[in-house]
Amino acid sequence: MSGIRATHELHTRRFSRNLGVAVALVAFVAIVFALTVVKVKRGDPLQGFDHVVRPGIEAAGS
Amino acid sequence: MPGLAISTAHEHEPTFGDYVALLKPRVMSLVVFTALVGLLVAPASLHAVEAVAAMLFIALGAGAAGALNMWYDADIDSVMRRTMKRPVPSGRVAPEEARAIGVGLSGLSVVMLGLATNMLAATLLAVTISFYVVVYTMWLKRRTPQNIVIGGAAGAFPPMIGWVAATGSVSLEACLMFALIFMWTPPHFWALALFMRSDYEDAGVPMLTVTHGRTAARRHILAYTLLLVPVSFWLALGPIGGPASLAAAVVLNLMFVWGAFQLCRRTEAVAQGDGYAAEKAFFRASLFYLFLHFGAFLADAVVRQAS
Repeated sequence: MSGIRATHELHTRRFSRNLGVAVALVAFVAIVFALTVVKVKRGDPLQGFDHVVRPGIEAAGS
Repeated sequence: MPGLAISTAHEHEPTFGDYVALLKPRVMSLVVFTALVGLLVAPASLHAVEAVAAMLFIALGAGAAGALNMWYDADIDSVMRRTMKRPVPSGRVAPEEARAIGVGLSGLSVVMLGLATNMLAATLLAVTISFYVVVYTMWLKRRTPQNIVIGGAAGAFPPMIGWVAATGSVSLEACLMFALIFMWTPPHFWALALFMRSDYEDAGVPMLTVTHGRTAARRHILAYTLLLVPVSFWLALGPIGGPASLAAAVVLNLMFVWGAFQLCRRTEAVAQGDGYAAEKAFFRASLFYLFLHFGAFLADAVVRQAS
């Protein structure tokens, strides 16, 4: 009697793909987090490009 | 029948490696390298995290353009020996999936580059992707032998994007780096077309070798190689140049022009006789030419920083 194979080749392939996508997503989150830290620490004008012109914020940021 | 449907789905299920191949990693490496040099030789610096992010998103944009090119050109790629094993023509990735990945990554890379650096760099990346996909892939490639001459602009943008990411503006040096790759592209691809022989003809792509013949293509290679020389020396003698760039310009241009003269003098019978050895050598030399030229700009920038 042939038993049920726990991991079909398809599952291995899917696992490697899901792992790759997961690593890419984690890397993306990490780079966005690192960028945020750098820009906040430097004191960039965070609302300077809002849809409403706010000279006070621009002046404070520059 | 459900069982049949499942087995069909299994056959076309892509791996992560197929997704990576969809982004044309070899082309991406040249894009990343030239963009990195553009960023590092610029007279302004980014924080290391911003620089890494900029490179990542420029690479992602290049990959997205590659995926869209592979989606649109699947019919051509499936005929050409050089490209038939790519994920879309070989059936490993569905065309619709390639298109979705290309569009998604294009938007993501442009927005993220804008947030990481500045809006001008993001705009230039958007122009590059659009130019490669719409102007080159959809419009020029199947219509004119000037396809890779005009379309070469897409490959020439990366060092300019790197420069703009660092400085926030376009300058003469950025334009000259653009011009160097722009003038280099036709000899590089026409050499490839010479030794790929019937590939482009079979696929119905009007390369210069197909529309005007191989002798005309050889003359054009020489003409563009000669036009490349002044651009190369202008850069080497300008603000981003230096001893390494000048030495590279002298040696690489001598080598490249000599190679182009050799190609121009060869007849098709001679080329066939030795298996297109000179054409293949010229193609490899063209890759060295660009990598070493940009490597020399980088070396001069490092020396300037150190002193």
